[in-house]
Amino acid sequence: MSSNSAEEYWKANIRLVIGCLIVWTTVSYGCGILFADALNGIKLGGYKLGFWFAQQGSIYTFVALIFFYANRMNKLDKKFNVDEK
Amino acid sequence: MVGVTFSLYLSIAWISRVKTTKGFYVAGGGVSPLANGMATAADWMSAASFISMAGLISFMGYTGSIYLLGWTGGYVLLALMLAPYLRKFGKFTVPDFVGDRYYSNTARFIALICAIFVSFTYVAGQMRGVGIVFSRFLEVDVNTGVLIGMAIVFFYASLGGMKGITYTQVAQYSVLIIAYLVPAFAISTKITGTNIPQIGFGSTITDGVHAGQYLLTTLNQLNTDLGFAEYTKPFAEGGKSMLDVFCITMALMVGTAGLPHVIVRFYTVPNVRAARLSAGFALLFIAILYTTAPAIASFARYNMINSISEVEYRAAPTWFTSWEKTGLLAWVDKNHDGIINYQAGKAFIGTPDFTGETGSHGQLIVANTYADSDNELYIDRDIMVLANPEIANLPNWVISLVAAGGLAAALSTASGLLLVISSSISHDLYYRLINRNASEKQRLLVGRVMIGIAVCVAGYFGIHPPGFVAQVVAFAFGLAASSFFPVIVLGIFSKRTTKEGAICGMVSGIVFTMIYIINIKFFGGQPWCFGISAEGIGAVGMLINFMVTLVISRLTKPPPQSVQDMVDTIRYPRGASASINH
Repeated sequence: MSSNSAEEYWKANIRLVIGCLIVWTTVSYGCGILFADALNGIKLGGYKLGFWFAQQGSIYTFVALIFFYANRMNKLDKKFNVDEK
Repeated sequence: MVGVTFSLYLSIAWISRVKTTKGFYVAGGGVSPLANGMATAADWMSAASFISMAGLISFMGYTGSIYLLGWTGGYVLLALMLAPYLRKFGKFTVPDFVGDRYYSNTARFIALICAIFVSFTYVAGQMRGVGIVFSRFLEVDVNTGVLIGMAIVFFYASLGGMKGITYTQVAQYSVLIIAYLVPAFAISTKITGTNIPQIGFGSTITDGVHAGQYLLTTLNQLNTDLGFAEYTKPFAEGGKSMLDVFCITMALMVGTAGLPHVIVRFYTVPNVRAARLSAGFALLFIAILYTTAPAIASFARYNMINSISEVEYRAAPTWFTSWEKTGLLAWVDKNHDGIINYQAGKAFIGTPDFTGETGSHGQLIVANTYADSDNELYIDRDIMVLANPEIANLPNWVISLVAAGGLAAALSTASGLLLVISSSISHDLYYRLINRNASEKQRLLVGRVMIGIAVCVAGYFGIHPPGFVAQVVAFAFGLAASSFFPVIVLGIFSKRTTKEGAICGMVSGIVFTMIYIINIKFFGGQPWCFGISAEGIGAVGMLINFMVTLVISRLTKPPPQSVQDMVDTIRYPRGASASINH
């Protein structure tokens, strides 16, 4: 693999990681903590939204994020030909 | 039921016994992502998650989210920033990585001390958990319970090493999750008519005076009536501040990602792709319990207030009196009306100290001094999970299922921790630092002997629990957050990070965190850093570590080319399955 495409692969990975971490921060620290009080004004069935994010929604998002990341990285590995044979 | 599960664990151990150090430390690197995910989930969820967490949330309401978020969010960090790279690195332990990446035995040694300290603080609590489950459900002495637990863990951990532990943990996960879900489904159906607890939690109540009202709305009302803060209200008066909740959540997340017994699980899968996937499975399996726990918490609180608040003691349900005998419940009739008055505030000082006499209503009399409040009821938080089957009128086999589940949770975590202690000493200390020429056989023997010693030390703490066990849990997370996480992440993502930077960073992070926690927990000091409590200070320690490491690294000469090349190799997945056969 040329050092050029190696660098590109790494940059693409970093972009993906940062993107995922932004979502991670937004749901847990954002919706679940910083804006929990404000979001509690909105109701989702029997749940107040801030409370729901803190005790349910964030956890679902975490699970989805990891599978999303794993999936995207596998594609990236193939594209840059660094996947395991 | 408990006997059946124990013989299951022992037979698995016999089938998966090992003969090589690679098998002993990392299960030969051949565990499938799904199995590793289950094993990680069992490894991670301890007696505290299984028995205490729902009860804690039940009393804390919104603030209980610190545990839910903190103990799950770390897996995202693990999956994105640690697991795949450490798998590619492909050695046996966390100190291995720190020592090799920072080309320094000093760094290796600091990491080793942290790994042992973190694991021991954790394992002491697990052995105690084993003893408690035995004594409450099986009516044997706590100490006998601890001894039985020790013997079982020693047998399968020393025989099968990581391989034995992994497959036993898969079985233990299955036992504990069934034991957690069965009562949860039943209680959700009973209160809300919906059998999925995660949905029932946000539904309406079917029976009684609150029929037709949303469960959470009702809880808010009940709480307010009794003088507590609203159940769903964040940062209520007298509770934790927003900054504190933020910091505790962060310290728990980052600490989770830095705990050695969790990290090593990702060395056991065959390749990088499997490491990523298996982090996802691990969190999925954890999430099943962690999204059920807050639902149980709210059901249990509703049930409890409904069935005993303002009820005459003589008319209280039978589970009330049977759990009173265990000391998890106590009632003092402050205003002599024979009615259980439950309100905010403590009933009396300390835990119940029964005199052996019974009062005029048949209640057990305590010798404790009354606290300055009108509350008459003492409730231990553990009762929320332990008494759940009885409160919901479930058959007896469910009760023994819960016992088996609690034991599975405690044993699986204990065995994972003991293996980390054993491998830290036999691999990092003995083989890497003392005797580089040790043969495979010698290393394996040292590993097995170390498990034996570690089991005995853990058992000793289980039988004679030092008063500080509960307090040192803050240490385990604080230390993992302020030591390992920053240096591992920077080791992978910044080639410029030098050994001087990493050593100074780890030392300053740990020293700051330790001093702050010791000052609060042992000398009754004030949380002087913006009111952040001891549990959350690891977040600040982590930031200090990051900053110190980054700055010192820029001031010292760059790492040798060989190390920079190693970092390059770690970043690209190809060749991971080969790299472990060094």
